[in-house]
Amino acid sequence: MNHSDLLPNLFRTEYTKIISVLCKQYGFFQLEIAEDIASETFLTASQTWGLNGIPENPIGWLYAVAKNKAKNFIHRESILYNKVLPVYQREKNITEIELDLSDENILDSQLRMIFAIAHPSLPLESQIGLSLRILCGFGIEEIARAFLSNKETINKRLLRAKNKLRENNISLEFPKPCELEERLSSVLRTIYLLFNEGYLSQVQDRILRKDLCLEAIRLCTILLENNETNTSDVNALLSLLCFHISRFEARLDGEGGIILYGDQNRELWNKEFIKKGEYFFFQSSKEPKFSKYHLEAAIAYWHTRPEDTGKKWESIYELYTHLLELEYSPLLLLNRAFVLFKVKGREAALEELNGVELKTNPYYYSLLGELYCDLEPEKAKIYFRNALNLVTKDKEKSSLLKRLAQI
Amino acid sequence: MEEYLILMRLDILTKENQPSPEQLQIYMQQYQEWVNSIVAQKKFKSGTALSTEGKVIQSDHIITDGPYVETKESLAGFIMILANDFEDAANIAQNCPILMGEGNSVEVRKVVGIHKEKEH
Repeated sequence: MNHSDLLPNLFRTEYTKIISVLCKQYGFFQLEIAEDIASETFLTASQTWGLNGIPENPIGWLYAVAKNKAKNFIHRESILYNKVLPVYQREKNITEIELDLSDENILDSQLRMIFAIAHPSLPLESQIGLSLRILCGFGIEEIARAFLSNKETINKRLLRAKNKLRENNISLEFPKPCELEERLSSVLRTIYLLFNEGYLSQVQDRILRKDLCLEAIRLCTILLENNETNTSDVNALLSLLCFHISRFEARLDGEGGIILYGDQNRELWNKEFIKKGEYFFFQSSKEPKFSKYHLEAAIAYWHTRPEDTGKKWESIYELYTHLLELEYSPLLLLNRAFVLFKVKGREAALEELNGVELKTNPYYYSLLGELYCDLEPEKAKIYFRNALNLVTKDKEKSSLLKRLAQI
Repeated sequence: MEEYLILMRLDILTKENQPSPEQLQIYMQQYQEWVNSIVAQKKFKSGTALSTEGKVIQSDHIITDGPYVETKESLAGFIMILANDFEDAANIAQNCPILMGEGNSVEVRKVVGIHKEKEH
């Protein structure tokens, strides 16, 4: 085993489990304390393992230490001693306050934590921040890097988010059957945003971006492990995320610029993830459902097909049309216009773009530039120059300049 | 060569600046390097980090679970070293990585065997 990043790796997977179990067992209002206990556990590990060597079973060691720290804390805190303990013993009817770190309880605690953090009453910004910290075990600096922000700002943001959890009386109870669907859709939206935070981010740090995407995928798989949350929509979202991440490496150039779909090296598409995406897509089609995620997964599926057939672009066009019926967005229209260009040619695409207002989007102008370059080259140049004024990355600038020179 | 005890005390109530996962890894490596450097000088006798679990026995023989530190500092661990004199021992202790954490401290004590005469 390579120990060079042992602690960061363990932190990613175990920090969230320890916190989730502590919160479920001792009450959610102790979130900060749970964080402290988990952090202290890791601090103790760094010292002890440094002095005594790394134990044979590091995870077991961490759990044992977390249990003790929790026990110490419970004993130490007279408030808990008087408030939590009597209730706890009445409910559980046991005298020993042992932290239950069994796999089953870890999974249940994590699920509850996911539902709590993605509660619809929390601002999305808080949800994403807390997800990264508590569900994904990201360090504060990492979160700051992901948001192009600094540690102080992130700490404040997390504090606000935790206060909101308390103010809104969000509990760690598993949602009741009657509200499960609504709560789950809130969870899926948060996971989707988390993924996009990595996939569409302006951050240069490629590894960090990929980690964000992989964490979103991991949270989805936790949902699949429980029957009640193993739904058609969850499978559709997971399928969509797998299809998207399969092109992660092909999408980015050395400088972190975006390589457009048509120019991607298809050898770099990750076949493993495409296979996984197909599997979950199949799982999601067992019910006759058509959520936004099903449609997007289907669009993403067609994008994983390397051959440029008419059927491919026609299917994608149909799917975009359905998506637009579910929710209107100018960006969707822009995407559909590009597809229409593939299916029916310039005229149809131009007609589609009539009335779309995306004056700040460089892709809007570069698509217009592409559409006009054979019909009216002068007009095309103007559009490309508009796009040029809106892009920030050198790489994007140079590819637009190259395009201009070709006209 | 004399025996010295290096006691490491950890300030566990300071919540500010919790170390990042990457920093934790660096801490661990620093401890390893520190211990290895003492071993390399043939001055390492024994040592351990303490588990957080323990029993406290009071003067009336009541045994409770513990230690539950009410103070800011808890004993994080100790090592026994061999050193030429106090100054040498203090030099070794000075390099203890725990000192990089704010509020932490290291204490050096000479171990005086009962079979030896007490030194004043």
